[in-house]
Amino acid sequence: MSENSDSLNLTSIRTKLDKAKGAGYWRSLDELASVEGFKEFLHREFPRQASEWIDDEGRRNFLKIMGASLALAGLSACTRQPTEFIMPYVEAPEQAIPGKPLFYATAFPVSGIASPVLVEAHEFRPTKVEGNPEHPASMGATDVQAQASILGLYDPDRLQTVNYIGEVRSYPSFLSSFVNILARQQGNQGSGIRILTETVTSPTLYGQMQDVLKLYPDAKWYQWEPTGHGRRMGSQIAFGKYLNPIYKFDQADVVLSIDGNFLGNGPGGVRYARDFVSKRIMRDGATTQSRFYAVETTPTSTGCKADHRQAIKPSEVSGFLQGLTASLNNSAASGPLANSKFYSALVKDLQAAKGRSIVIAGEDQSPEVHARVHFINEMLGNNGHTVVFTQSLEAKPVDQWADLQALVTDLHSGQVELLVIMGGNPVYSAPPELNLRGAIQMAKTRVRLGEHDDETSEICQWNIPMAHAYEAWSDAPAYDGTVSIIQPLIAPLYGGKSAHELLSAFTETPEKSSYLSVRDYWTAKHTGADFETWWKHSVHDGFVRDSAPPAVSASASLAIPRTAIGPAAGSGYDISFHSDPYVLDGRYANNAWLQELPRPITRLTWDNAVLVSRKTAAELKVEDEDRVAIDSNGHTVWGAITVLPGQPDGSIALSLGYGRTRSGRAGNGAGFDVYPLRSASNPYYARGASVRKLGEKFKLAPVQHHFAMEGREPVHAGTIDEFKQDPYFSEKKSELPPKGLTIFPDTWKYEGYAWGMAIDLTACVGCSACVVACQAENNIAVVGKEQVLNTREMHWIRIDRYYKGEPDEPDMYFQPVACVQCEQAPCEVVCPVAATETDAEGLNNMVYNRCVGTRYCSNNCPYKVRRFNFLLFSDWETESTKLQKNPDVTVRSRGVMEKCSYCVQRINYAKITAEKEDRKVRDGEIVPACAAACPSQAIMFGDLNDPKSRVTQWKRHSLNYSLLAELNTRPRTTYLTEIRNPNPEVGKSEKDS
Amino acid sequence: MSQIFSSGTNSLARMSIVIGVVALAGVGGALFELIADSTYATRQGDAREQPIPFSHAHHVGSMGIDCRYCHTSVENSDWSVIPPTKTCMNCHSQIWINSPTLEPVRESFRTNQSIRWTKVYDLPDYVYFNHSIHVKKGVGCETCHGRIDQQPLTYQQPSLQMRWCLDCHRNPEQHLRPRDQITTMGYVPSEPQAELGARLVKEYHVQKLDTCWTCHR
Amino acid sequence: MAQPVELPSKIEVGPVIDEGHSLASVSDKIAGIVIKRKITIGWVFGFLIAFGFLQLLMAGATWLFVKGVGVWGINIPVGWGFAIVNFVWWIGIGHAGTLISAILLLLNQSWRNAINRFAEAMTIFAVMCAGMFPVLHTGRPWLAYWLLPYPNTMWLWPQFRSPLVWDVFAVSTYLTISAVFWYVGLIPDFATLRDSSKQLWKARIYGMLAMGWRSSARHWQRYEKAALLLAGLSTPLVVSVHTVVSFDFAVAQLPGWHTTIFPPYFVAGAIYSGFAMVLTLMIPVRTFYGLEDIITIRHLNNMAKVTLATGMIVGYGYMFEAFFGYYSADIYEKFMIWNRMTGPYAPFYYCLIFCNVITPQFLWIKKLRTTPLILWCISIVVNIGMWLERFVIVITSLHRDFLPSSWGMYWPTRWDWAVYLGTLGLFMTCIFLFVRVLPMITIFELRMLLPGARVKEPVAQ
Repeated sequence: MSENSDSLNLTSIRTKLDKAKGAGYWRSLDELASVEGFKEFLHREFPRQASEWIDDEGRRNFLKIMGASLALAGLSACTRQPTEFIMPYVEAPEQAIPGKPLFYATAFPVSGIASPVLVEAHEFRPTKVEGNPEHPASMGATDVQAQASILGLYDPDRLQTVNYIGEVRSYPSFLSSFVNILARQQGNQGSGIRILTETVTSPTLYGQMQDVLKLYPDAKWYQWEPTGHGRRMGSQIAFGKYLNPIYKFDQADVVLSIDGNFLGNGPGGVRYARDFVSKRIMRDGATTQSRFYAVETTPTSTGCKADHRQAIKPSEVSGFLQGLTASLNNSAASGPLANSKFYSALVKDLQAAKGRSIVIAGEDQSPEVHARVHFINEMLGNNGHTVVFTQSLEAKPVDQWADLQALVTDLHSGQVELLVIMGGNPVYSAPPELNLRGAIQMAKTRVRLGEHDDETSEICQWNIPMAHAYEAWSDAPAYDGTVSIIQPLIAPLYGGKSAHELLSAFTETPEKSSYLSVRDYWTAKHTGADFETWWKHSVHDGFVRDSAPPAVSASASLAIPRTAIGPAAGSGYDISFHSDPYVLDGRYANNAWLQELPRPITRLTWDNAVLVSRKTAAELKVEDEDRVAIDSNGHTVWGAITVLPGQPDGSIALSLGYGRTRSGRAGNGAGFDVYPLRSASNPYYARGASVRKLGEKFKLAPVQHHFAMEGREPVHAGTIDEFKQDPYFSEKKSELPPKGLTIFPDTWKYEGYAWGMAIDLTACVGCSACVVACQAENNIAVVGKEQVLNTREMHWIRIDRYYKGEPDEPDMYFQPVACVQCEQAPCEVVCPVAATETDAEGLNNMVYNRCVGTRYCSNNCPYKVRRFNFLLFSDWETESTKLQKNPDVTVRSRGVMEKCSYCVQRINYAKITAEKEDRKVRDGEIVPACAAACPSQAIMFGDLNDPKSRVTQWKRHSLNYSLLAELNTRPRTTYLTEIRNPNPEVGKSEKDS
Repeated sequence: MSQIFSSGTNSLARMSIVIGVVALAGVGGALFELIADSTYATRQGDAREQPIPFSHAHHVGSMGIDCRYCHTSVENSDWSVIPPTKTCMNCHSQIWINSPTLEPVRESFRTNQSIRWTKVYDLPDYVYFNHSIHVKKGVGCETCHGRIDQQPLTYQQPSLQMRWCLDCHRNPEQHLRPRDQITTMGYVPSEPQAELGARLVKEYHVQKLDTCWTCHR
Repeated sequence: MAQPVELPSKIEVGPVIDEGHSLASVSDKIAGIVIKRKITIGWVFGFLIAFGFLQLLMAGATWLFVKGVGVWGINIPVGWGFAIVNFVWWIGIGHAGTLISAILLLLNQSWRNAINRFAEAMTIFAVMCAGMFPVLHTGRPWLAYWLLPYPNTMWLWPQFRSPLVWDVFAVSTYLTISAVFWYVGLIPDFATLRDSSKQLWKARIYGMLAMGWRSSARHWQRYEKAALLLAGLSTPLVVSVHTVVSFDFAVAQLPGWHTTIFPPYFVAGAIYSGFAMVLTLMIPVRTFYGLEDIITIRHLNNMAKVTLATGMIVGYGYMFEAFFGYYSADIYEKFMIWNRMTGPYAPFYYCLIFCNVITPQFLWIKKLRTTPLILWCISIVVNIGMWLERFVIVITSLHRDFLPSSWGMYWPTRWDWAVYLGTLGLFMTCIFLFVRVLPMITIFELRMLLPGARVKEPVAQ
């Protein structure tokens, strides 16, 4: 606990609260409200935050959460309500009507690229993230990381105090000693100062950095991040300048992806998914589809959507592209895959679609590959049409590997007096041969601004807690360069500081708030009259209108040096490195939602694995969960095998971001660290790795164990030709029982509203944003690896993944499954206490406080979408995460069943609003969390009794079908058959479909 | 051999049958019902202790202040809201400025500390009640909160048991009143409630919502 | 005294009661076990073991209440595990009692007299064990009373369409009726004990229980009526209870559960396991307490025959489950049975076939039927087999149902075992106490079997 009460923070509050358990809980909360320091903690930066603690509702929500345990734990006919208290405002704030959530536009930057979001706040307590519908990069949708960011905000393992070599200090005391250090530097122009940041895109931050460098001309600023390098340097190689490619998938008829996982992931992923899908869906009478080829070093969720997918070893990618370049020049085809049907078809299609095609390289591919791809786009005349370029989004694009090298050299020269590391976690992610850990310790004073007390903080003397994106002001560009003003939603929970504030510490205004820094920058930048209104609008909208940089024309040259590709082939295996789709380079390793979110292909949770093809597995005589040792780059790592069809033979795929040792309760010990295998010279892939079987097993926790459809067809899929021949081909796949075939009187007519949902499988790209959105909206518990091993995960919506076709190169399909709200629900009739009942609007009401937990309903549910609290899964302990809970949804306790409710809290909210305005609920007024988050708009919800509602339109479509229709459950959620557009010349997926 | 029992035992035996049955069947169930319905369990009619002996009887009854003057959000939010200290001070900065009973109010305003009221109408946390829609549909304050204008100390008027809610949710007509009479205390319908209710049900489009998710989620 | 006893002509293997017994000797012998006989080391030893196992139940239940049902191996998709398996198994075992005491009484099978008391006791204890599981297996056992229809402040009733609610009625009725039947049967014997007990306090206790029985002709006549009525009442129960239990599965729509064959096939299985359990307990008891002359070879023989017969019915059930699977042309049914035979739980299936179909075939051989030791072994095997049957039915249907994506596995945890073995402990503990404090054989009914009692027989008919 901090010595001076002015910096009382949640830690101390927690320690106070820990003393009081159970019934004493809220009593002690009230006592707290009267502690002097506490009040200041509230009023420090955000006066309105105070209300969150001392107003009636804010407290009510605490009680809701606390009380729910009591209620759910033992409600019976004679439960006595405990005495509860109400602490009204002293003065009510302007905009807030207690009990009604407010939405604030802001942005969540992931390695510099902003996802524009609206954050929902209940009594000024951020609880949920939605996309910003007005922003071109979001259009109302979000990606997985943005959805999970809200948990990151409340992460109890975040660094909670300023500390110096382990002992707690206050920020002022840091500033005072920092001044002294700087004083010594003023003499020598700051030649002893080194600042290491992640990729900087924030205009304000860049401005501040320049000021600092003005003050200390000899100081050096380096940027480094473990991934995203190829993209940056690719354009440099191809065009001689740093450019930012933007892809127009809505104009592309043919798409070739080289390891590109652009659907719902990475910069612009949300928008790309939307655009790409717009050329694929059959809903609105479309009769054509774009064609999508994928060439991949490991299966990605994007590759699963390809009409033709081809596995390729990472070391062959470059050769393949060279061959392709040649072929497109109509010279002899050569290189890998060159004499496959796939290849010839691809070449034909590309040539036929000049200016209407896109070739895109993956984030994890090398600069060389990116450069070649740029060149191919040039040849195909795509640049300027389907691919446009703006100047780089980075404030100061550099060769980051060179930067890192330079830093290490500086450090070894021993001239570094002060090293400031802002964000990132280089000690964990840098290649071992640089021995960054050792090097950094050569700097005299090491200051770290970080969200966690992680591997890097360990070796820094000064550790400053870093403010979360929702805790401080800043700005950042979206994928297209449109700048977002990032406004805080809540005062820093742990007294965190932003990079802006830390940079101010270098200047003569060391205490300058991030708000002033950002505002000052834009005041200076703003041209034209009336800054105030402009500022208000920009903050309100969440982005600065028309701030996207203009497109620049560029022509690619083919002076592309082949990057070193390690030892010659033949000996050993290739390794391809991929940043994990969820925890990325490891920065979100401590986000339990992301850890427990099944990886789209492997369906693994809580671990990464050694991915090998069936053939390779046979060679190595290994099977799933065998532990192996992988030697490469002079280092060895140990991991567990997962045999994955679609993985290229002779190549291993490893995902970065695991094996963290100091990330926190969720990330520590999850998976294994593969960074040691990456060499600084070629961090994209390795060759000649050897793999040794260790003869021991390691338990992996996938949520799905069977991927074959076993002759049943949960996923209806077909080709566009089949669809043209017979629009109703899919309907014929399922046998429908005659209407009214039921022993229970089938008399109920659903008048009024009849809620229903349709999911377009063609549109679903398997990105899993819906799963996290649902988890955030409905207070869904995280259960941990042990429980997942026993298939007790709690996700209300899951994304099933199926194989079809030949075992080694199968087609893969995604299918989101949540409670389908059967009209004739098998769960309903078997519940002995009527805790689950179909209501007048066709919703299957699951009532937690009535449930006694026989689990009969789950047994009888053919879709197995019900989730049971086998133990006390909900977290009643962690104070900070309680703040995230949605007050409109009961927090379930032990021993009750739960399931998807179509977000009934949103339905009720809309219905009440409509009733108060004496009207019916409008189509689109209710959007469940999953549908709202979906980047590709694959989920549609609405009233089936309204003939004009969009969901009715969807369901009228010939491709509409019900899952397990033959069981006569009459599900309210139906699916639209997945349609693909394979090239007849390849003649693959006609097989066994 | 000697008698084991006295002759009196017979009658005892016969009685034991009767008593046994009554005891087993009756008492258990009865007790359960008694506890469940007891005002101890429901806290019905229980006036909770408050930091300030605020009298609705005085403010509503004698002064005739409208409910919505203090409970501002009752028409547009789930919660009717306990008024902020500021609201009290609107008047009490003018009148009773030195009354010792009001010291907590003044103190709260001075120190910017909330007054700590005790909840009177306290629903379980899995029950989601929305004031605004009930008001909109013609359910008067009095219907649930009773003659607040006659309560020197506010107490819990109804039992707040589920069946109490359902009674109205299933037959709303018996409790509805015209919207302009919502805050009236001691309201007497101008026409027989049966007719009035029936009319208002149509007029205000009142549904009989008794599905689980109406209140629980 | 020594007048020759002429045996009924239809007796095949030995008499229902051996020669040389007089009215008095029978009473002494059986009542003696309770009244005179000192507590033997063997009894104490056995009792302690049983009691030890009972402690497992205590521990298991406590931990269960503390942590929740998650301490068991159950999961999604396999929401039911050991708890339900054991429930059905115990209920099944409970069937022998009613069958013997009721149906055989109506059928006038005199040989039942020696064994019905014991069987009834066993029934009650078995149903007690069974009854615990539905409560234990709920997520919130403290609210299990919500399954009962009672007027409440929530204005809610149970879901009467749910088989679990039917269970509540079926099982509780069964328990009540069996208990009453058992008690009524005990009354005359309580009187006997009362009269033959030496200490006054014992006499008092048995006296109260005897409810002033004086063996007057009137008493006897009423007793007979009551017995017949109760028999009539409980006969349908033999069928109904396990039929209702089978509905738990048959009403659900899972492949392998949703089938019309379940009721008869469950009832047969129940009687099968019931008789097996009677044999398992009776054979040792008759040896330890030297009752070979009262529980004769003929009894064992008859019970063995019933076991064989019901065993055959059960086997027929298995055959048709498989046939339906194939013949249904329903992809899910087909897969279910195929998965049962070749899937991860196949060993359990074949084990069960061996225990329940192969083993009883030995009972065709009279030599084996009449050799207590072998018969005892067979009965044990059958008990195991019937438990496996329930395991296979519950698990294999659940673990792979409709959507391959949600398929899973179920393996019991140590707490599953603790509770299961715990109930065995409870059961045995009750049995041990029973043989000590109550006449395990109906004295007066045995008397009827005596030649002396048979004198009036022609008149009675």
